[in-house]
Amino acid sequence: MSHPRPPAGTPGPYEFPHATRFALTNGLRVIVAPMRRLPLVSVIALVDAGAAGDGAGREGLAMLAAAGLAEGTVDRDGPALVEAFERLGTAVDSGAEWDDATVQLTVTPARFDDAMALLAEVVQAPRFAEADVERLKAERLAELLQQQVEPRGLADERFARVVYASSSRYARAAGGSPANVRALDASQARAWHALRYGSTTTTLIVTGDVTVEQVQSVAERRFGAWSRVAEPAPAVRAEMRATGRAVHIVAKADAPQSELRVGHVGLPRGHRDYFQVVVMNAILGGLFSSRINLNLREEHAYTYGAHSGFDWRRAAGPFVVETAVKTEVTDAAVREILLEIDRIRDAEVSADELDLATKYLAGVFPIRYETTRAVASALALATVYGLPDDYFSTYRNQIASVTRGEVLAAARAHLHPEALQVLAVGDATAITEPLAALDLGTPSVTAADEGETA
Amino acid sequence: MHLPLESYRLPNGLLVTLSEDHSAPVVAVNLWYHVGSANERPGRTGFAHLFEHMLFQGSEHVAANEHFELVQRAGGTLNGSTWLERTNYFETVPSHHLELALWLEADRMGALLPAMTQEKLDTQRDVVKNERRWSVDNQPYGTWWERLPALCFPPEHPFHHSLIGSMDDLNAASLEDVAEFFRTYYTPDNAVLTIAGDFDPPAARGFVEKHFGKIPRGSGRPALPPMEVPRTFGGWKREVVNDDVMVPRLFLAFRAPAFGTTAHYAGSICAAVLGQRRGCRLYRALVREREVASDVSAFTWDLAKGADLFVVDATARPGTDGATLEAAVVAEVDRLRMEGVRADEVERVLALIETDFVSAMQTAGDRADAISKFATLLGDSGLVNEQLDRYRKVMAAEVSAFARDYLGEDNRVSLIYERTAEGTAEGTAEGTAGGAR
Repeated sequence: MSHPRPPAGTPGPYEFPHATRFALTNGLRVIVAPMRRLPLVSVIALVDAGAAGDGAGREGLAMLAAAGLAEGTVDRDGPALVEAFERLGTAVDSGAEWDDATVQLTVTPARFDDAMALLAEVVQAPRFAEADVERLKAERLAELLQQQVEPRGLADERFARVVYASSSRYARAAGGSPANVRALDASQARAWHALRYGSTTTTLIVTGDVTVEQVQSVAERRFGAWSRVAEPAPAVRAEMRATGRAVHIVAKADAPQSELRVGHVGLPRGHRDYFQVVVMNAILGGLFSSRINLNLREEHAYTYGAHSGFDWRRAAGPFVVETAVKTEVTDAAVREILLEIDRIRDAEVSADELDLATKYLAGVFPIRYETTRAVASALALATVYGLPDDYFSTYRNQIASVTRGEVLAAARAHLHPEALQVLAVGDATAITEPLAALDLGTPSVTAADEGETA
Repeated sequence: MHLPLESYRLPNGLLVTLSEDHSAPVVAVNLWYHVGSANERPGRTGFAHLFEHMLFQGSEHVAANEHFELVQRAGGTLNGSTWLERTNYFETVPSHHLELALWLEADRMGALLPAMTQEKLDTQRDVVKNERRWSVDNQPYGTWWERLPALCFPPEHPFHHSLIGSMDDLNAASLEDVAEFFRTYYTPDNAVLTIAGDFDPPAARGFVEKHFGKIPRGSGRPALPPMEVPRTFGGWKREVVNDDVMVPRLFLAFRAPAFGTTAHYAGSICAAVLGQRRGCRLYRALVREREVASDVSAFTWDLAKGADLFVVDATARPGTDGATLEAAVVAEVDRLRMEGVRADEVERVLALIETDFVSAMQTAGDRADAISKFATLLGDSGLVNEQLDRYRKVMAAEVSAFARDYLGEDNRVSLIYERTAEGTAEGTAEGTAGGAR
């Protein structure tokens, strides 16, 4: 009845959607990638106004301002603006990440021009009404309050604090602390918009059922008259906080699991070892079949899942192993994570492991980019990090060419066992002693609602 | 927006649907088994989901975790999920690996049991217990997934009990349970297979016949207990849960007509008028104007047997207590019942539904899953192509009638989370029936 495992057929040809790039006379850059399969168009207005640049004392301003864009324009108040977008069958999303602010939407081609008219208002002439800004602040404060009992968000926030020196913007939440947020107001949001949002700092990315000529005409009409030189974001410093290993416990009484973060300062996106590090991490903890996941989940059943990753940013984002484990095995799980990090630095990975990682990363590429939105996001990322125009057409070859020797070299150069910070959000009375016995230093214990003591 | 569809049945009962699209060298394989937590027997809550984990532990020709490894090595993505009425398994792979994905699914449908061991069961039991801790026990409001159906369906009803299962019941699951569940439900005549994307139809039909054709038909899926329930709850039940949360959150549920019925479409539009995106009534009134909530949404669960649930989910702003939040939501619901909906509100919702529907057809995996859903729950994969028309046909008056008929005080369940007061024990108040098991 059964048959042996079937052989693969012949791979079909694949090309990442071709992108055309041009600029308007006001300096605004445009990228168009036609994808004609379904009647959909995705648009991203990408602005160099990320959270990394909002600066000491104004943390949270970039995200507040980006959220505020969609709360009303000079010509329309919030409800009217939302209504106008949604009657076009689209919802506008605006927000900021560390390295950019974006306003994005997906719409049918017949409504593309009308949607662009609204999008142009949002980017160029936001209202920032006092009442709306105060409400957004209150919502951010509510989110921070809820985070005190939400172990994943709490662990991420505290981990950043123990990994980065307080001089680094990365040590503090992109959205700002309660004290930061309370100090912001509508006039600061307006000033931030005036400083960072301009034709020289904006890129318009359009993918889907459109032609280059159509986009040229619409971009000229909706964005051509906007001539404003804005300031590009400043460079970020990403110094680490401590040079030695340490254990940090955030107390959550009676927690049935410990939410763990283990890692250190990683690498900037522009690092020349990017592809080698991506393949190395896939083997270490990036894939379901990675060493860390198979060890912690399938061998020991400590967890529902464990994962490692480099958070790629303009400056060095964190490298982190993350998982949630049953309270009783917290120390054992940390020990296994440390062992896996040592192991991938000790000896070359097997040919089989390398084959799995490179074939997965190269093969899954067309599956990642089936949607207009995914292609637009990829082009946005390439813009933010200044990746070469042939980045997507050469990606699969770059991955496939990584060798076992390069994986080992990447692990030795970019994983730092001596600098690992271990953070656990969990039942402090149960896990402090076992973690102390790991000989990584005496654990510090803080409360979930503790303020920003560095 | 019309998907090409070709459906046929193998002699062993497997319902196969093919949907070609050659825009990317990618193909999705999607298999729905018509079994979910509703089919669990007493004392075995969580078993359907634990069983889903066991399906990745190998089969006659596939080693433990090799399913994941082979698909990833082929450059594909994969997973499985369990719901009240069904369990699904899916792979999206580069198109030249179609036969591999079909072979893997067929090997575990045809010959799972030779690979099952006590050790694998014990490991996955612990993995699932950690999944429960992660998604339910150690997450604020995490128990709502089991408290709400427990309040909305009577104790003997198959939708009443917890999908993730209790720790005790997970402990009780045995290898014998695995074998019995497999033989009863994991049969070709209780499954639906969809292939969507870039493939050659004669070749795909050949692979399906070669790998699935000889798997024997099952002995028939045992009937569920009666799923029919009265049209409404017949009252307003309320449960207040004191928990480790910082702000109150309300789940306001209404019994609604089953997925796929004409009234379901009116209900789905009604939910969107109330609680979809920022232009909806609840967002405008509660988040923007009164500032008593930070987040609101309304949606249907899409249950196809007996009755569905229509749920409003609202999170309070700090300083608003649960009762105030509930009163604010109820005021909007009552206004909708009294005044009905306006035609322009329905137009807004339809415009959003149309864009969302086309967007959801972009990936081969999503297309295959939508096709399998209609084939499994309603017995007709072709319904996927009728959805937009079904929505477009709904008149504002029907949405207003739905609100009058189903959103009244005789048909409500309130589940309210409140912060545990300092010095008091956590627990439920006013809760009589149900609660987590």
